[in-house]
This record gives sequence, C-alpha cells and structure tokens, in this order.
Amino acid sequence: MPLSLQQVEHIAELAKLALTDEEKERYRLQLSAILDYADMLQRLDLDGVPPMSHAVALTNITRPDEPAPSFPRDEILANAPDHKDGLIRVRPILE
Amino acid sequence: MSAHALTIHQASERLRSGALSSVELTQSVLERIHRLDPRIRAYLRLVPEAALAQAREADARLHRWRREGGAPPPRLLGIPLAVKDILCTRGIPTTCGSRILENFIPPYDATAVERLKAQGAVILGKTNTDEFAMGSSTENSAYFTTRNPWDLSRVPGGSSGGSAAAVAADMALGALGSDTGGSVRQPAGLCGVVGLKPTYGRVPRWGLVAFASSLDQIGPIAKDVRDCAILLQAIAGHDPRDSTSVDTPVPDYLAALEGGIRRLRVGVPKEYFVEGMQPGVADAVKAALRTLADLGATLVEVSLPHTEYALPAYYLIAPAEASANLARYDGVKYGLSVRETDDVWEMIRQTRGRGFGPEVKRRIMLGTYALSAGYYDAYYLRAQKVRTLIRRDFDRAFQQVDVLACPVSPTVAFPIGERVDAPLQMYLSDVFTLACSLAGVCGIAVPCGFADGLPVGLQIIGNVFDEPTVLRVAYTYEQATDWHTRKPNLFTLAFS
Repeated sequence: MPLSLQQVEHIAELAKLALTDEEKERYRLQLSAILDYADMLQRLDLDGVPPMSHAVALTNITRPDEPAPSFPRDEILANAPDHKDGLIRVRPILE
Repeated sequence: MSAHALTIHQASERLRSGALSSVELTQSVLERIHRLDPRIRAYLRLVPEAALAQAREADARLHRWRREGGAPPPRLLGIPLAVKDILCTRGIPTTCGSRILENFIPPYDATAVERLKAQGAVILGKTNTDEFAMGSSTENSAYFTTRNPWDLSRVPGGSSGGSAAAVAADMALGALGSDTGGSVRQPAGLCGVVGLKPTYGRVPRWGLVAFASSLDQIGPIAKDVRDCAILLQAIAGHDPRDSTSVDTPVPDYLAALEGGIRRLRVGVPKEYFVEGMQPGVADAVKAALRTLADLGATLVEVSLPHTEYALPAYYLIAPAEASANLARYDGVKYGLSVRETDDVWEMIRQTRGRGFGPEVKRRIMLGTYALSAGYYDAYYLRAQKVRTLIRRDFDRAFQQVDVLACPVSPTVAFPIGERVDAPLQMYLSDVFTLACSLAGVCGIAVPCGFADGLPVGLQIIGNVFDEPTVLRVAYTYEQATDWHTRKPNLFTLAFS
C-alpha cells in the first residue's frame, strides 16, 4: 500500500529532517516501492523464531568505573560550531 | 617493475634488504596518484607531507634494524596505504563522503588506523565512499564519483569504491574499507582486487563512523591474498573501547595460507546461481569452482533456503540502525550547523535536511518508519527474526562443508548513472554479499576472471572466526591462477 503524504511528513518529523515538497513526493513513491518489496517477509512463518539483534552473543560487557583522562577540551571544542567559556553553545530548547 | 606496482609482501622484502627505501616507494605511489587520480578520483584527501615524514621515519627504523639486527620489523613498516574516509584519522578531516562532516577533524585515530601506524605504515590519504557507506557505487558521495580503473565510464562499486580503485590502479599498496552489506567485497570484486569482510567482532569498530552497528566491520583491500592476510593480522584483535569486539585469540593468518585445500569441502549454494546473473559472471565463477575441484577440494551442493529474504531484511535492519546512529548529527557538537533559523528544532531539521544527501535521507526515512509505533513488529522485529533464519541457514551449511563458494556480484561493474534513480536496482548489486553480513560470518572476494573485459570476483564465505580457512582457499586458488596479476591498462592515462 502506498504511503500517504501525511505519513511521509510524520516520518520526516520523527527523524527531524527538513524535506522539500519534491523530496517528500519522491520519498513517498520510493519508500512505498521498497516497502512493497519488503512485504515478501510477511509470507514467512516466524512463530517461535527469536529475533537476532546481533551477530555475536555477548552480554553485559563491563569495566571498572574508574575516572580516566578523556580528550582535551579544546580539541573537542575545535569541532563545535559555536562555543563559549569552554562550553558548546546552542539555542535554548525551552524559551 | 615500478615500486608502486609492488605488493605489500614484495615491497616489505625490498625495504628490509635495503634495495628500496620507504621514501622512494612512497614517492613512486604519490607520483602515480598525481598522474592518475585526476581521472580516477579515488582519493577525497591526500596528506603527502605527513606520508613522506612517516616514510622517513620508517627508513630510519629499517636502517637501524639492518645495522643493529634484532627482531624483524613489522610487515607494514614503510608501506604506503589508503584509508576509507569513514575511519577517523587524527588531525586529518574525516567526511564520510558527506557534507554534514565536511569540516570535521577527528581528535583521535580509529583502532584499525592506530594499529597500522603502530607497525609504521605510511598513510597516504582518505579514499572516497558513498555517503556514510550507504551505497554500492560511490555515486552517493557528496563530493564526486570514483571511476573504475578498468573502464572509466563505470562505477568502482561501493561503498569502499575509493579504496578498491586506489589499490587496483596501484595508487596504494593496500587499503582499509568497511563492509556493512558488501561494501568491501563488492568493490574489490568489481575492481579485480582482493577484499575481506572479517567475522563480526574480529576487528574493533572504535573510530569507524557508525552506519549499522550490528553489521559494520572494517576489512582490508589488497592486491593479493597474502597482502590481505598481512593487513588483517595488523588490525584484528580485541579492543576494550569497542565492547562488541570479541576477545578471542588472533591466529597466524600468514601461516594459514599454506597447506592446500585437498579434501576440503566447498559448498556451492544453489540459491546463488540463479536467473538474472550476467552469463559471463556465472561462467567465470563456475570455472573457478572447477579449479577448486582440480586443486583437490570436494564440491558439495548446499542450500541456503532463506537467501532471497536477505535483501529485504537487510534493507529494514540496516536503515533502522542507521536512523538511530545518524541522530547524532544535529548541528550542535560538530559538523554542519544551519544557524539562521527561528529555533533550535528548526536548526536541527535544516542542518540534517541540507547536510545529508538523497540516499542517506532515504534510509533514515525508511529506518525511522520501520522503527515507528505500529510498524516496529511488522517490519523491524520481523526482519530480525528473518535474520535468525538466515544465520541458521549458514549454521546448517557449515555442518556439511568447510567454506561456501559463490559469486561476489551478479554483474560486472555497471555504467555510472545507470542505477542512481532506481534504489532497488542499486540494492540488488549486493544480493550475494548481504546474507553473509547478516549472519556475521566472514567472506573474501578474489579475482576469478573477466566478463566483457571487466573483472569478476569469486566469494569464499567461512564460518565465524574461520578467516584462516577462507584465506587458505582464496590463496590456493589464487596461486593456481593468474587473475590477480592482471592490471587495468592505464598507460595512456599515466602518460597523456
């Protein structure tokens, strides 16, 4: 079933992606085609099959919780779009 | 033979004997790049001064060793290598082929890069990739498309297309790539070089910019199987900074090459020889299977019944993981930041909307949808269950046989532009590499002939952590054939 424009806009908002009208229409068609293709998974009987989230069965890898030096602050801030007084500066989230 | 045309093991012997210096070797490769890369465009960035400084340092170490003796120097000492631009390199911009990271300079080296440097390797520069490794042709790079050295009108494959093209054109003695669904094996196959995807967990991912974390693996691209083993030896092994890297001993991959394949059971999965494959590709791979039999292996037909579900499962799982991983690009901490907006949320939307290219946005959308309320069970969870079935296919096959042999790709390198507007068509070029990635097992691509004058790759897939057997089969095959010695004719390009 093809996606609606509203669905595409909803997904874009969840993903925080600004899309042009042209992009929305293109993704609507392309995602619909890809999802149609993926529908072949529906024909498999998967009762009792556990999901595989990882290739290696590793659980609870831990390390001692000990302080250790991290990267120098100025090296991290060198990549920040904006910073002041040793902190990354960003617009307020709540105004 | 010019120094740039040497393999790593050949160059290493000459460096040790003093017949060649690392500076001469590095200069020869840089000169080659200077001549060829304006047309091939394998490199996003070169660091010639740093490379020559590393070469001088290597020469000093080699000189000291020849004078004073002691343990032989590491195999990669003084060897010029290329690194895919999705691996962090300290002080060298790392863009992931994306505008959103155009100005990002990592403050640290990826573990794999750190290990190459620890051996004294010379890092030439960073190679082109599809944006965030999402693609099969390098056409999704935000910067330019790399060209296949065998035919400049065709793609080199992807996403590690820059690394594969650089090695194929003698513009690096070896390279690192990364493979999430085939991104090392497919370009290696299409460029006629060797590429290995290690078992998931074999090579630490620390410093590999994340695409799909349950699938991503760093792998070597090399001129022959011995070089591939040398590179894997250097980068394999646990690193506590990647908790998914597995703490299991690293075998001697060079020793593993010897011994032949007599009585080894080679499985031929019938699902990998189907309609739609380019006839010349099928012929070359079948001839390679006969060679394996002539070398003493026993061919056994096996079935991997869920093969056809690998593609749809992969294109739900990988985008789902990508949509979560790429949430970090928000214009706050690093990378592009679109600031002329009304509020912080619009800054994030505009930064991502403008910073990501079409394929990355397509996959973020697809992955977000597959994870969203109401669709999670139908798509993402279902795909993960199918992944279990695919893994069981391999588990069953490896009870019967030692390795599997099949094509790397259904076609040879395709023309640039042919598949850019048809995402499903593009995804199909990975149809033979995806299942191996989903299962987390290892696989190698080795040159096995030509179709229409373009390289064809043979894929050998092995069980988890069975790189030794995979390398031995590939090496035994390679030593019985001369495909790996064929080079693209770049004479006119080099001297025009």
